[in-house]
Amino acid sequence: MMLFTPEHDQFRKSVRKLVEDEINPYCDEWEEAEIFPAHELFPKLGAIGAFGLEYDPEYGGGGADHSFTTVLAEELGRADCGGVPMAIAVQAGMATPALARYGSDELKREFLVPTLAGDLVCSIAVSEPGAGSDVAGITTRARRDGDDWVINGRKMWITTGTQSDWICLLARTSDEGGYQGMSMIIVPTSSPGFSVGRKIKKMGNNSSDTAELVLDDVRVPVRHTIGEEGRGFQMQMSQFQDERLWISYMAVTGARRAIDRTLEYLQLREAFGKPLLANQYIQYTIAELVAEIDIVQGFLHHTAERYVAGEDVTRAATVAKLNSGRLSRKVADACVQFHGGMGYAEEMWVARYYRDCRLGSIGGGADEVMLRIITMLEGMGRP
Amino acid sequence: MKIAVCVKQVPDTWAEKALKAADSTLDRDAADGVMNELDEYAVEEALKLTEAHGGEVVVVTMGPERAGETVRKALSMGADSGVHLVDETLHGSDALATSYALAEVLKDRGFDLVMFGSESTDARMSVVPAMVAERLGIAQLTFAQKVEVSGPTVTIQRATETGYDTVEAQTPAVVSVVEKINEPRYPSFKGIMAAKKKPVETLSVSDAGLDAARLGLSAAWSQVEDFAARPPKAAGTIVVDEGDGGAKLAGFLAEQKFI
Repeated sequence: MMLFTPEHDQFRKSVRKLVEDEINPYCDEWEEAEIFPAHELFPKLGAIGAFGLEYDPEYGGGGADHSFTTVLAEELGRADCGGVPMAIAVQAGMATPALARYGSDELKREFLVPTLAGDLVCSIAVSEPGAGSDVAGITTRARRDGDDWVINGRKMWITTGTQSDWICLLARTSDEGGYQGMSMIIVPTSSPGFSVGRKIKKMGNNSSDTAELVLDDVRVPVRHTIGEEGRGFQMQMSQFQDERLWISYMAVTGARRAIDRTLEYLQLREAFGKPLLANQYIQYTIAELVAEIDIVQGFLHHTAERYVAGEDVTRAATVAKLNSGRLSRKVADACVQFHGGMGYAEEMWVARYYRDCRLGSIGGGADEVMLRIITMLEGMGRP
Repeated sequence: MKIAVCVKQVPDTWAEKALKAADSTLDRDAADGVMNELDEYAVEEALKLTEAHGGEVVVVTMGPERAGETVRKALSMGADSGVHLVDETLHGSDALATSYALAEVLKDRGFDLVMFGSESTDARMSVVPAMVAERLGIAQLTFAQKVEVSGPTVTIQRATETGYDTVEAQTPAVVSVVEKINEPRYPSFKGIMAAKKKPVETLSVSDAGLDAARLGLSAAWSQVEDFAARPPKAAGTIVVDEGDGGAKLAGFLAEQKFI
């Protein structure tokens, strides 16, 4: 494989060790608490360069190509819970790409540098109670008042929302409507008028705090706008591409690890006088899943290679997201089934995996949105 | 301050280890090779010392070609350069031969400190640091859980069963460390990329001016005549608690002379 060099392997080992030492031992505790200590964990990730691999070294980035992000995300996908990797992915690949690509020097020094070090924690704030995958439906409004924006609205499903230091907010800055007139604005969560409406109880990814945020006459300087005013939607669309790849990388290695752990169990667990794994039905079911994992992972590596070469991978990222989300659901279902009663018990890892990976087909654009994009790219028109 | 850190590649701590039937030496290809865990603490401590006092860290290893990965890892953690002694003649060297080879490589290079992990997870003899110190004719400060350097004086807390002893020596000195001493850093992306450009000097036995007759399996002071797999675990004894479980347990332990 051309994509990975000995340096990739070394970085993979570094991330794997960090996941094993700094995340996995605490997953149970953090799942129970429905939050993890981002301000304690993130500096450790910052120290290995996890938050800014592809960004400009001038701002603390690594100057790497995308293939190192592939390695990072693949290893995070092997963690014992989905919530913490999701929060890391948000900081590394969802809330910061636009700032790194389009932000002013001043803005990058103030927000990007400490965020890449892991000293600041950030969230991406796009979805609203009335608009999720349909980004054009957002209503949060920033009105100009002298050199400030005055912002009002609510943001929903905000990962790490109760402990973020700043959010990358998508808001309307004109009355044009539709895909026009949106801007991306950095809002420090210490701003007066900013509050956490509630922490949302979820079905999975419980170690990550997910919040509804309220902006009530929040005032931030206009210089907090990322890039050109009115181009927020387009920036978010390019940010979505990174997000979809991230989610796919993590889903595939997560699925593979789930299969490996299930195989270990099936070798130990005996029924009707032999290990469960001796059952041909089980063998073939797992073989099919493994074959599908191989295909999606190969597709992802190919996509990463094309991305590194500077090609447009919008379609591939969409296809990968659709397939990896669906595949991990199938894998999770088989893992639960083959664990029998133990698969239904919270004391094993399987139930958590089953709940966590369900998000793969919803977050970062639901399967139906992926299908909609593919439909349009295939020239079938706008569904 | 110039610090040498001697590191060893060992089979992955969690892997099943095997001996080779041909010569009863460790089968190094049977498992992934990793840096001996305690050596990571030595590298970390050396990096901390040079970060505080200035200077450079040179990582030194002896082992087959694959052991170069371990040098690379230390460089990616932040060490400045490496020395890799690699030669077929070294295969099967015991602790005496290893300490001879390392001491010859280390001498005359102007190191203020030579650091080691206090033992390797494969052989677990804990003698090489002391042997190297003896061969170099310098002080040995072993089992350090804390190291401080002030001018030419190095002071350590030497971990003991009940606490620690404070031991002091003048540099140059050998220091071996225990895992209590620090938390080794994870190699960062930047460290890994920077390591590619750092110099590693590769030495053969003759490059290093070593006497081949003192090295390898044939020169070893002990020989493995035979080996066998560990016998399977015998069934345990079940003590049923009928209100007298404590007494029964104590009786069992007394019988086995544990108490």
